Amino acid sequence: MERTTVKFYQTGTFTVGNRLLAPHERSVQADRARTNSLNSGHRACQGCGEALGARYAIDTAMRATNNQLIAVNATGCLEVFSTPYPETSWQIPWIHSLFGNAAAVASGVAAAMHVQGRTDVRVVAQGGDGGTTDIGFGCLSGMFERNDDVLYICYDNEAYMNTGIQRSSATPGAARTATTPAVGGEPGNPFGTGKNVPRIAMAHGIPYVATASVADLHDLEAKIARAMEFRGARYVHIHVPCPLGWGSAPADTIKIARLAVESGLYPLFEALNGRVTEATKIRRPVPVTEYLRLQKRFAHLFGAKPDEARLALIQAIADRNILEFGLVDAPNPAPGPAPDQAPNREGAPA
Amino acid sequence: MLKQIEGSVAVAEGIALCRPQVICAYPITPQTHIVEGLGELVKAGELPGCAFINVESEFAALSVAIGSSAAGARTYTATSSQGLLFMAEAVYNASGLGLPIVMTIGNRAIGAPINIWNDHSDSMSMRDAGWIQLFAETNQEALDLHIQAFRLAEELSCPVMVCMDGFILTHAVERVDMPTQAQVDAYLPPFEPRQVLDPAEPVTIGAMVGPEAFTEVRYLAHHKQLKALTLIPQLAAQFEAQFGRKSGGLIRPYRTEGAETIVVALGSVNGTVQEVVDEMRADGVAIGSVGIGSFRPFPLTALREALQHAKRVVVLEKCLAVGLGGIVSDGVRKSLSGIQLKGYTVIAGLGGRAITRTSLRQLFVDAGNDELEQVTFLDLNAEVVANELEREAEARRTGPTAESILKRIGAVSSRIG
Repeated sequence: MERTTVKFYQTGTFTVGNRLLAPHERSVQADRARTNSLNSGHRACQGCGEALGARYAIDTAMRATNNQLIAVNATGCLEVFSTPYPETSWQIPWIHSLFGNAAAVASGVAAAMHVQGRTDVRVVAQGGDGGTTDIGFGCLSGMFERNDDVLYICYDNEAYMNTGIQRSSATPGAARTATTPAVGGEPGNPFGTGKNVPRIAMAHGIPYVATASVADLHDLEAKIARAMEFRGARYVHIHVPCPLGWGSAPADTIKIARLAVESGLYPLFEALNGRVTEATKIRRPVPVTEYLRLQKRFAHLFGAKPDEARLALIQAIADRNILEFGLVDAPNPAPGPAPDQAPNREGAPA
Repeated sequence: MLKQIEGSVAVAEGIALCRPQVICAYPITPQTHIVEGLGELVKAGELPGCAFINVESEFAALSVAIGSSAAGARTYTATSSQGLLFMAEAVYNASGLGLPIVMTIGNRAIGAPINIWNDHSDSMSMRDAGWIQLFAETNQEALDLHIQAFRLAEELSCPVMVCMDGFILTHAVERVDMPTQAQVDAYLPPFEPRQVLDPAEPVTIGAMVGPEAFTEVRYLAHHKQLKALTLIPQLAAQFEAQFGRKSGGLIRPYRTEGAETIVVALGSVNGTVQEVVDEMRADGVAIGSVGIGSFRPFPLTALREALQHAKRVVVLEKCLAVGLGGIVSDGVRKSLSGIQLKGYTVIAGLGGRAITRTSLRQLFVDAGNDELEQVTFLDLNAEVVANELEREAEARRTGPTAESILKRIGAVSSRIG
């Protein structure tokens, strides 16, 4: 008799609920002993993906280090909404220096801990996509190549939200921002631009790189916990929807993050020493339009006369990710481009 | 112990005696020999408990320093010129956070045109960044100031720049009295930070401050510098008592008794100035000089006392406030507020141009006769300037200025005068 593997998922979300798990498998957030590292009372917007991601990530890092953790923060939303003087949401030692130097400051903290014999104390650096993929990129790469004992977490909401939604090198094609407005012949952010920092991190050959999403908080926690098992430079890139910048309903943050994953636009994977070792399968692939439609930053692609050409470009990006990372179980997946290829430049101006 | 060594090596060995815990390094001429020396000591295992980190930029160097200092480690770095500008944002940040980092500046010009030789433009560009700025006259003093700098920085929780003239000091081999480890240990206690990142006592450092408190935070930074005006002479006196030689302090008057003309300068040029003063004193000219040891905080009161009885003050500056004239002169003038005496600004030694005794002597004679302009450019080649201005008047597309001047004068750095 043919054997089939039966998989159980929660209806609708396709995630496994906490209550179905054994106690030791339950989330850090479900634990009454969680540290509330980023405590309530901060001033993030309703539905902020970054606040959610940071809360889960840092509490997990705290558990993994037996609460011996120091956090370094780049300038940005997370910094601003968590520390309006004289209030702070941080229940852990935390320092903010500049926009572009979080990785370097973290290297310094790690070095100081090392020379003082405090090898039990671990260091996390965190920033948004602007602070990571743009202005902080030099320091980030330096920290990676030296293999300093730092976990760097990028909360990627795909634009400079703190300054009022300007384009970053993590802004996707067609997205409307304040500096890529939805006007002209090709409204929104041009295609064929941007950089893939998880892959650049992998190219440094650092011990651990992962992508995570607030759509799957168990997975996010597991990856942070895994990252803390390694010494040396580690990088976790977390997709965090921004209702304000994306023009989405605050109640839809998790849903939108999930659609980014399920459409293939945001693949979830882990890489050890520069090689992809795991990629999360998509249980129910969805067309990219399901993801895009919920966000006003892509509204110009729809309407009475949808921009089919550019919707097809976005779908092609998702399809390529699905092939490259083997995100969908298929009998015979067609061969895709080599995974180490540079960011795709299709649609870029000649 | 007396040693005949390069200034950079002396500073490196002096820093090593201060038991630094984190040193971050990025190469830039002319400070490079200092961090090379320290890197070698760390690599050879002669500085146990010290991490030497090769970073990817000066911005990263000071950022790593910010992290390590905030996490309780005694931290040192060094830079020059463009490097100081590249780290500018972190320079302000380190002082704003009140982190007692010590940084050597191997003073060098700022481009364009690119120039690796000495002047004070780099340090001056950061004069209001909230760091204490000490200027060394000799290699001995450069070494000694670093030992005092850690004391000063850690006492005040404020970063300190020790400025030493690029090449003239950093690359000069001369006699230096190297202190012993026991002497330095007796002077410089282990670092006890006022604020530290520690999981046992979590604190938030670097929070946003609005209009309700920003003025007070900035005032307290100013207050620290005012405290340094008292502390710097105290530390210099204690240093003299323990090490048996004078080094540091706010200002260094030289033969100012009864002087009608007093020359004010920073750094190594004071040696040349003092020689010319000696020559002119021997000829019966009432001239003296004052070296400014602490440029930030600026010693207004001490300068006033030293200068107020003179008839004229000549401020010899290795920097230029383009469109204004002097930078040091501004402070000197402020120190003499309400006192009627003549003041002259002399811009000299830019980009490594030699400041010769001959030129200085003529300059001081002219000053004594009150025949100087308000702002004088020492040894400015008027012919070269006139030729270039004429050329620029002739055509619209005259090309780059620096290159056309070099075409006239000859190969770059073929001479220093």
